[in-house]
Amino acid sequence: MYQEVILDHYKHPHGRGLRDGDAEVHHVNPTCGDEITLRVRLDGSRIDDISYEGQGCSISQASASVLNELLVGKEYPEAQKIQETFLELMQSKGKVEPDDAMEEVLEDAVAFAGVSKYPARVKCALLSWMAWKDATAQALSEKETA
Amino acid sequence: MTQLQLPGLLDTETIRKDFPLLDRVIHDGKKLVYLDNAATSQKPQQVLDVLNSYYEQHNANVHRGVHTLAEEATALYEGARDKVAAFINAPSRDEVIFTKNASESLNLVANMLGFADEPYRVDRETEVVITEMEHHSNIVPWQLLSQRTGAKLKWFGLTDDGRLDLSNIEQVITEKTKIVSFVLVSNILGTVNPVEAIVRRAQDVGALVLIDASQAAPHAALDVQALGADFVAFTGHKMCGPTGIGVLWGRQELLEDLPPFLGGGEMIETVSMHSSTYAPAPHKFEAGTPPIAQAVGLGAAVDYLSAIGMDRIAAHEHAITEYALKRLQEVPDLSIIGPTTAEGRGAAISFTLGDIHPHDVGQVLDEQGIAVRVGHHCARPVCLRYGIPATTRASFYLYSTPGEVDVLIDGLEHVRNFFG
Ligand SMILES: Cc1ncc(COP(=O)(O)O)c(C=O)c1O
Repeated sequence: MYQEVILDHYKHPHGRGLRDGDAEVHHVNPTCGDEITLRVRLDGSRIDDISYEGQGCSISQASASVLNELLVGKEYPEAQKIQETFLELMQSKGKVEPDDAMEEVLEDAVAFAGVSKYPARVKCALLSWMAWKDATAQALSEKETA
Repeated sequence: MTQLQLPGLLDTETIRKDFPLLDRVIHDGKKLVYLDNAATSQKPQQVLDVLNSYYEQHNANVHRGVHTLAEEATALYEGARDKVAAFINAPSRDEVIFTKNASESLNLVANMLGFADEPYRVDRETEVVITEMEHHSNIVPWQLLSQRTGAKLKWFGLTDDGRLDLSNIEQVITEKTKIVSFVLVSNILGTVNPVEAIVRRAQDVGALVLIDASQAAPHAALDVQALGADFVAFTGHKMCGPTGIGVLWGRQELLEDLPPFLGGGEMIETVSMHSSTYAPAPHKFEAGTPPIAQAVGLGAAVDYLSAIGMDRIAAHEHAITEYALKRLQEVPDLSIIGPTTAEGRGAAISFTLGDIHPHDVGQVLDEQGIAVRVGHHCARPVCLRYGIPATTRASFYLYSTPGEVDVLIDGLEHVRNFFG
């Protein structure tokens, strides 16, 4: 479960710290107390920045770092596809063996495949991704009403 | 491995033979080191055999038939009540109510008081007192009761070294207090709380006292008369019994006066379409078919523990706890959350390990065969109080050995290297 890639992201997180954003959310994992505050800044439909602050285990921290690395700079539809693919992998209970196509989409995030075998840890891996989804939806709907 | 000898240790080599699960090997050949006893204990063969023979030989519903099996099942179920009554030194067997766990026992008292008449009634003019170190099972029922009745919920805070702060006891427990409910031994901090001071103050103001003995009953002699409380709750699965069985002990006159909570079969005297009259306690509080096999299993667990002797079990755990506290404090970056000496504490030890999240500690220990609990241990306010997201907790029982403590220490060293 603790792939080198995961430990690397844990020890050297990408994009950590809170910066300006269009929307902010706070998500918690009640079973273990992992918490994240996450902001999304959009530039049109491009993900301009994802900034975050939180506490939690290596899996939840590394996953937030991978999220930042993967999604910042992407157009929203592509980012959404990556998020959905990651969700599918994490909900696979260890049954999905990532193929080349999946690796292409998920890059470093395929390292989390092993985590999907541990039901107690799946939520840790998904915490920041769910927070991102939530924050982005808010940012988009605010842009629409604005 | 040569066993370290500490004064007071039980003959764990013999005891461990009674617990088939302790022989398990996990993760390709790692010997299981089970240090999650505060969550639930393992079960001795003696209890498993009684459960089996109950279902194989005697299974029937209780109190409901004249046939042989029904009589045998009833005798076994009521026999378990006798055993539990003796185990906790209850003045009367009729003061022992079987529930499904400690949570149900605690909720039962909260509901008795919510529906009671004067002088017990909890309402908007009154106050309920708990502590900041309660298990969620002894917080949420009182929050529910307060929300429903308008009563004010108050609590004792904690000192920096993991003990109850009773310095303001006269402000916390007042003439308005109807009930004080607190944990005897904390499942997260390990603290043993000072019963006498709290009971004395509660009695001075005429408040009832409920003690959550979930982490006490498995580990040391429990004497409800010596405690001086009005109610004592505990749970069977932490004391070598099966899941699905808990106990509420209550003083007889209270159980006579207080109203039932759940209605159903078994708890009535007569029923008409307009109203019913109730069976005397304990049956008044045991609606429906009870957890029969589980109660019988708890009776067997109580026999098992009594045969070894609760004082000897307590001495064993004290020695293991003392040793574990000493060894844990040798681990760099490790901080114990709770009392750091074995005096006035039980055998559950929570700690943090530098910045390494408890989830990661628990996972890497598991890979080495070591089972500990991580998280907030259903006592989130304690984590908030000490400004930590969670802890890792190792908890010991009568079959725990110093060798297992050593394995834990080595395991923690490995965790530090892994994330270092
Ligand atoms: C102190 C304390 N109170 C109450 C409980 C609740 O026990 P149960 O879950 O069996 O109802 C526990 C166990 O988790 C506990 O440790």
